[in-house]
Amino acid sequence: MKIKVIVTPKNGVLDPQGKAIQQTLNSMNFIDVSEVRQGKYFEIETDLKDEKDAKKNVEDMCKKLLANLVIEDYKIL
Amino acid sequence: MKSSVIIFPGSNCDRDMDVALKKFGFKNKMVWHNDNVIPKSDLVVLPGGFSYGDYLRCGSIAAKSNIINSVIEFANKGGLVIGICNGFQILIETGLVTGALLRNKYLKFICKNIFVKANKTHNKYFNKIKKDILELHIAHNDGNYFCSQDDLKSMQDNDQIAVRYCDSNGEISENSNPNGSIQNIAGVF
Repeated sequence: MKIKVIVTPKNGVLDPQGKAIQQTLNSMNFIDVSEVRQGKYFEIETDLKDEKDAKKNVEDMCKKLLANLVIEDYKIL
Repeated sequence: MKSSVIIFPGSNCDRDMDVALKKFGFKNKMVWHNDNVIPKSDLVVLPGGFSYGDYLRCGSIAAKSNIINSVIEFANKGGLVIGICNGFQILIETGLVTGALLRNKYLKFICKNIFVKANKTHNKYFNKIKKDILELHIAHNDGNYFCSQDDLKSMQDNDQIAVRYCDSNGEISENSNPNGSIQNIAGVF
């Protein structure tokens, strides 16, 4: 089973990479773009068969390694 | 005095630390990240570099290595641990020190000499240093220190801010902040 996770910078935390991407998009004439936040995407292949168990396990992984909860939020898709 | 320098795959300032510690009279041992036990030490040093290629977040993989449980145990018993550069990033990821390190504000790898003002009250690290303003070298891509307002207040109240970026006169301002760190913080206890 594959579990997908998105990790993003928390609201209010400076995201210099997102800012640079936004400015580049604006300079490429995508003038409607007012903000970009850059995150990370994980695909985790697990041997567990039960989706609920697998997601619970992945939540533990997010808290312990995949996200730094001081600056990042995670979302299990 | 005895010290131990931990070597991670990708550490590159470990031998510099060995030279520096020996210069100041330490009997230093190098300790491999896969070991489980730290030799008897008065000081444990996590050196700079690019541990595990800085994968995921700087210091995050090293913070889960075999030796780290012993480092945490040593620190919790009151042992002195210092983390410099990537070593600071590793300490942050272990949770031994508060906060997080973000990408530098202007997205540039910064490699230059800077000045910091040392907080010399109530701590074992700086009380024998005569100067207040130190000139140090920085080389980092993710040195932009961040913490929540609550953590910041708690650290201020407990005198946990170790060094702050300043100019050569000791003036702490936005102009003397190389990487966007909150409150010009360059190091914490």
